[in-house]
Amino acid sequence: MTNKKIPVNQPDDQTPCSCSDPQTTPTCGVADDNVSESRRGFVKNVSGLSVASLMGTAALLTNSDDAHANTEWAEWFQGNYRLMSDEEKARAVARLERRYSAEFGKKVTVDTTPPQEGVLFGYALNIQKCIGCRRCVKACVQENNQSRGEREIEWIRVLKMEKGEFTVKKMKDGYPGDYGIQVGGNAYSASGVVLEGEHYYEPEQVPDEDAFYMPIACMQCEKPPCVKVCPVRTTYREADGPVVVDYNWCIGCRMCIGACPYWARRFNWGEPNLPKEEMNPVTHYLGNRPRMKGVVEKCTFCIQRVRKGRYPACVEVCPVGARKFGNLLDPNSEVRKILARKRVFRLKAEMNTYPKFFYYVD
Amino acid sequence: MTKISKFTVDYLGYVVKGGPKFYGWLGFLSIFILVWVYGNYMQLTEGMIITGLTDQVSWGIYLANFVFLVGVAAGAVTVVFPAYVYKHEAMHEVTVLGEMLAIAAVVMCMLFVMMHMGRPDRLWHIFPIIGIFNWPHAMLTWDVLVLTGYLILNLVGGFYYLYKKYCNEPLNKKFYLPVIYVAIVWALSIHTVTAFLLNTMPARPLWHTGMMPIRFITTAFAAGPALIIIVFLIVRKNTKLWIKDEAINLLSQIVVWCLGIALFLTLSEVVTELYHPTEHSLGLQYLMFGHHGLNNLVPWFWGSLIAMVAAFVLLLIPSIRKDYSKLPYICVMAFLGIWVEKGMGLLIPGSIPTPIGEFTQYSPTFLEIANSLGNWAIGFLVLTILLKGAIGIMLGDIKYAKDEGGK
Repeated sequence: MTNKKIPVNQPDDQTPCSCSDPQTTPTCGVADDNVSESRRGFVKNVSGLSVASLMGTAALLTNSDDAHANTEWAEWFQGNYRLMSDEEKARAVARLERRYSAEFGKKVTVDTTPPQEGVLFGYALNIQKCIGCRRCVKACVQENNQSRGEREIEWIRVLKMEKGEFTVKKMKDGYPGDYGIQVGGNAYSASGVVLEGEHYYEPEQVPDEDAFYMPIACMQCEKPPCVKVCPVRTTYREADGPVVVDYNWCIGCRMCIGACPYWARRFNWGEPNLPKEEMNPVTHYLGNRPRMKGVVEKCTFCIQRVRKGRYPACVEVCPVGARKFGNLLDPNSEVRKILARKRVFRLKAEMNTYPKFFYYVD
Repeated sequence: MTKISKFTVDYLGYVVKGGPKFYGWLGFLSIFILVWVYGNYMQLTEGMIITGLTDQVSWGIYLANFVFLVGVAAGAVTVVFPAYVYKHEAMHEVTVLGEMLAIAAVVMCMLFVMMHMGRPDRLWHIFPIIGIFNWPHAMLTWDVLVLTGYLILNLVGGFYYLYKKYCNEPLNKKFYLPVIYVAIVWALSIHTVTAFLLNTMPARPLWHTGMMPIRFITTAFAAGPALIIIVFLIVRKNTKLWIKDEAINLLSQIVVWCLGIALFLTLSEVVTELYHPTEHSLGLQYLMFGHHGLNNLVPWFWGSLIAMVAAFVLLLIPSIRKDYSKLPYICVMAFLGIWVEKGMGLLIPGSIPTPIGEFTQYSPTFLEIANSLGNWAIGFLVLTILLKGAIGIMLGDIKYAKDEGGK
C-alpha cells in the first residue's frame, strides 16, 4: 500500500472516500451528514415561515439577536456540566440548541449521551500504513466544527518523519574532527527523531519516498497531566475514556496547554470562524458543539459519534485503514486484537501518562 | 466621627494632594493607563487574538511579568526580615514602606493574571463554594491562595501599623508581630509556588528542574531590594523622610549576594544542560544561540546576562556600592536584567520548541506591550499613592486630632 501514490488534492476513484475538498466533494461520509442536515434544516425553516407557525421558527430567526443575548446571559450563570442535575442539563442543552439553531440557521442538536457501562475507548494507529494524505485532519475539522480559514484549528497533526541521508560524502562530517574524536558524521541525521518531524509539508503527492508519517492528536491519557493542572476542573476524563472540556466552564488560563506533552490542545484566540453551511449540526455537549472565543478545545475521539456506536470521523475516512478504534474492555474488538498480536508502542511512554492511543506496525 | 472614618478621610484627602511634580508624575502614568483602557477593550471584544500568542507559544509577556512581579512582591521581605528578625534599627523605621511595595506588586500580579486569562468574565468559576477550586491538585489554585493571603497579610500589617501611628497609640504586639512573622514565611511561599507552577510540568523540559524555586527566590531577593533602593533614594530626595544609609547599605548587600548566587545557579544549569545536550536542552540552546536563524531571544539572554554580571561586579566594590549617585543606575541594571531573565529568558523559551519539536518564534504585539505597560503604570500609581500616605503618617503630616473633630 505504501508504494501506491495518492494525489493529495483530487478525489481518487480507488479510495473509498475523499474529504480533501469539502466544497466539491460532498459525497463522502462526514461531509454528507453536514450537507444533508443543513438542507433539511433550511427546508424546515422555510416551511416554518410559509406555514402559519409565526412564533416558532420565524421568531427564532427574526429575533435571533435577542435570543442570542438572552441565552448568552443565562449561559453565564450555568454550573459545571459534571455537577449539573439532569434537569439543569436539559435546560442548558435547550438553551444551547436554541442559540446554535438561530446562529447557524438550521436545526442543531446537542446530545448528552452518557458513557456506557463496560466501555473504555481505545485507538490504534498503524504507522506502517499511514501515507500522510491528511484526509483524517480535514475530516476531523468538518466533523468537529473547528474554526476555519485563517483561524483554522486542527486537532490532528501528521508528522512527516525523515528517512535520513547516509552517503560517503558525509563521512567527514562531525566535530571536533581535527582532534580525532568524531561526533556525528553519517548517522548524525534526523532519521527517526520524533522531535524533528515536520507537520507543514506541502507535497504534490503522498507518500513521499523519503519519509514516513506519524499522525498525532490527543492521546486520551489515563493519567492526563492536563486534567491535574486545571484550576476549575473544566477538563476531565470521562468514564469511557476520552478527556473532555466543558467549554462553558473553561476560564482560558491555558495551564493544560502547558502541561500536555503531546501538543494536543488548541485555544480559540479569537471568535471561531465557522461558516453556517459547513457547520455540523449533530453535536454533543462535551464534543463538537461550536466553541466560543477564549476557551481550549481538543480531540474527544468524536464523542458525539462513538457513544452512538459509530467510528470517529478520522477512522472512517482513512483510505488505507491505518486507523482502528474500539472498546478496550471487549476482547473481540479490533483494538484489543491489535494489542494482542501486533508490535505496539505508546508515544513518550516515559511521561507516564498511559495513552489510550497506541501506535503499531504489522 | 469615629477614629477609623476620620483616618480614611484624612488619608484619602492627603494622598490626592501634591505639588506639580506629583501631578506631573500621575499625568505621565495616566497616558499609559489611557492606552491600556483601549488595549483592554480590544482584547475583551476581539479575544486574545490581538496578542502575539499562538497555540505553540501560548504563554507570553503577561505571564512573564506576573512571574517577575511575584518575585518583587516577595522581595519586600528583605526589608521586613532584617527589621524583625535581626532587629535592624534603620530598617525597622521603614518596614511599612516595604509592605506598601508588596501590596502594589501583588496588585500588578493580579492584573497580569487577569489579562492572561482567555475568559476573565468567568473568574468566579475559580472561587471556592460558588465555583470549583481544584485544590490541592492544581498548582494554580495554590498560587491563588498564597497570593491572596500575602495581599491580605500586607494590607492588614501595613495599614494596622499606619492606623496606630495615626492615632498615636502603641501597637498591640500580640496581634501585630504574628502578622509580621507569618508574612515573612509567606513571602517565600509565593515565589516558591510560582516556581512550582512552571516546574511541575514534565512536558516543558526547560522548566522541569528542581533548581527553579531557589533560582526564583534568589533573583527575587535581588530584583526586589534593587527596586526598593531606587524607591528609597527617590523618597529621600523628594520628601522630608530621611531613610538612613544603613538601611540602603544593607539592601545593596542583599542585592549583591543574591545576584551572585543567582548567577552561580544559572551557570550550574547551563553546564548541566549543555555538556551533553539532550532533546530537553533544546529550549536553552534556542535561548542562548538561536536555532537555524531563529534567534529572537538571543540578544535578550546575553543582554540580561551581561547586565546581571556587571551589576554584581560593580556592587561588589564597596566604594561604588556606597556611592548613591551611581547605586540607583546599577540597581536599574540588575532589575532589568532579572526582568528579562524571568520573562524573555525563562517563560518564553519554555514553549520553544513545542513538545513535538516545532520552533515557533513569539513577539508581543503593540497592544500586548501597551497592556503590559498599562499594568505597570497602574502598579506605580498604586505604589505612589500608598507611599505618599505612609510617608505622610510617618512624618506626622496626617495625625488624629481630637480638637478638629468638632469644627
